[in-house]
Amino acid sequence: MARVIMGIESSCDETGVGLVRLHDDGTVELLADEVASSVDQHARFGGVVPEVASRAHLEAMVPTAERAFATAGLKLSDVDAIAVTAGPGLAGALLVGVSAAKAYATALDVPLYGVNHLAGHIAVDTLQHGPLPTPVLALLVSGGHTQLLRVDDIASSITELGSTVDDAAGEAYDKVARVLELPYPGGPPIDKAAKQGNPKAIAFPRGMTGPRDAKFDFSFSGLKTAVARWVENAERAGDQVPVNDVAASFQEAVADVLTAKAIRAAREQNIGTLVISGGVAANSRLSELAAERCAEAGIELRVPRPRLCTDNGAMIAALGAHVVAAGRSVAPLDFSANPGLPVNVVSL
Amino acid sequence: MLVLAIDTATPAVTAGIVAVDEAELVTRADRVTVDPRAHGELIAPHALAAAEEAGVTLRELDAIVCGVGPGPFTGLRAGMATAAAYAHALGIPAYPVCSLDAIASDVVRTEKPFLVFTDARRREVYWAAYDASGARTDGPHVQRPADIETDIRVAAGDGALQYAASVGVVPIEPRFPSPAGLVRVARTALLERAEPEPLTPLYLRRPDAVEPAARKRVTAL
Ligand SMILES: [Zn+2]
Repeated sequence: MARVIMGIESSCDETGVGLVRLHDDGTVELLADEVASSVDQHARFGGVVPEVASRAHLEAMVPTAERAFATAGLKLSDVDAIAVTAGPGLAGALLVGVSAAKAYATALDVPLYGVNHLAGHIAVDTLQHGPLPTPVLALLVSGGHTQLLRVDDIASSITELGSTVDDAAGEAYDKVARVLELPYPGGPPIDKAAKQGNPKAIAFPRGMTGPRDAKFDFSFSGLKTAVARWVENAERAGDQVPVNDVAASFQEAVADVLTAKAIRAAREQNIGTLVISGGVAANSRLSELAAERCAEAGIELRVPRPRLCTDNGAMIAALGAHVVAAGRSVAPLDFSANPGLPVNVVSL
Repeated sequence: MLVLAIDTATPAVTAGIVAVDEAELVTRADRVTVDPRAHGELIAPHALAAAEEAGVTLRELDAIVCGVGPGPFTGLRAGMATAAAYAHALGIPAYPVCSLDAIASDVVRTEKPFLVFTDARRREVYWAAYDASGARTDGPHVQRPADIETDIRVAAGDGALQYAASVGVVPIEPRFPSPAGLVRVARTALLERAEPEPLTPLYLRRPDAVEPAARKRVTAL
């Protein structure tokens, strides 16, 4: 019998409630995906302020859930299981979702799964492109994460091949946007400016690509500093800063490193499918270059639509559905949110 | 009517089932753990355990009463998110109550006014003043204990114990809000089945956040 899974997400600045239907053949159907974002409240601070995000989660949690049930045309009593992001993320933000999820689960008397936010970013792809082949390589890129993951089973087995040693890719976008006096969050305005610029105008450094660097790790701190320094030098020389060229050259450096390492990992690990997810997956140059290089290498590329790539409740519901289908055990009700939950722990 | 009372505004994680009508107000079962870091872990399990001990299911509840602080932010939100989700999931109203008022309602009445102090961390207290009948006359505020100007010399709440010497007050019981205290404060609204006020937390402090200067230098990034 098909089962309805409710997913609750509150790890950063989006309050998400998703509803999916897990069919008997293992396919997962999206029923509702409601998100309330506090991004506008963080804009003037140039980054997510944890306390502001946590306050917004508390305000938005129940209204977002109400909208999800209304959209899906379901009653609360239709829910068969609940999944909630247990980590990684901001401690105070996670706590709101976890507390609400425990209340929903005990009120409705249904099992509760504490699941991994990063795994959710991968699981969400099944809502659009169907079941994942195994193994699959996942590149997660957002304001909070930059990771290369090997997925042998979305419900139970994920291995980290590499991650950023400093800033997340999205963080570098935000900081470079500030240098170029573009709005926060930096991804969309830099992408837009880059389309008018020359990606080869400035040779910005490709971090962690030396022969002795970890093959699958990333670093964006040096790139960000290089951009800031270049802009400062131009200003000092009294030149007009070519914002479009700087944006295009910066974006090219990011997309180049991300895709080069992903392709290399897929080749070395003999993996035929690459999933790119997370907020930065919506970046036009990243998906373009990934498509080009995957085609050359004979690798299937899957990129969920932008709405599914950013943080939302549907990704947690989708992961919950896979965890339920796999018959994984439920979390003890007194589990705590874990801001540093490692990616190999798919569910608690 | 059967009420679930929840409070996480102090280091205590408090849940209880209280039966209330015009004649009586009885705690049927409660679960309290004093651990400032366990609010998110324990508040829902405590609610469930209290209901089980009281021999009722959560679906049999008529209303929720929730302490809305003032309290340190993170812990406070655990109880409030729980109360809001219970109200939604069970289709019952949730009534907000000032957590200091809940402590005050458990103070054994004398002829004298009193204070309630709870720990606000950062060497500050949340506090309010009450007259001899238990009605709030001042507050809630958040302040350094030494800056509080009052002639009242007795104070309930865990903050009173902590700062008794520095403020020159005599600490009295109780230290934390009880389920019965919470429900007593909301009793009139409950019995009238009044439209509840929104569950709005009493933070009393703004978030710590600084707007960056117009543009940062390389070294500051
Ligand atoms: Zn994310």
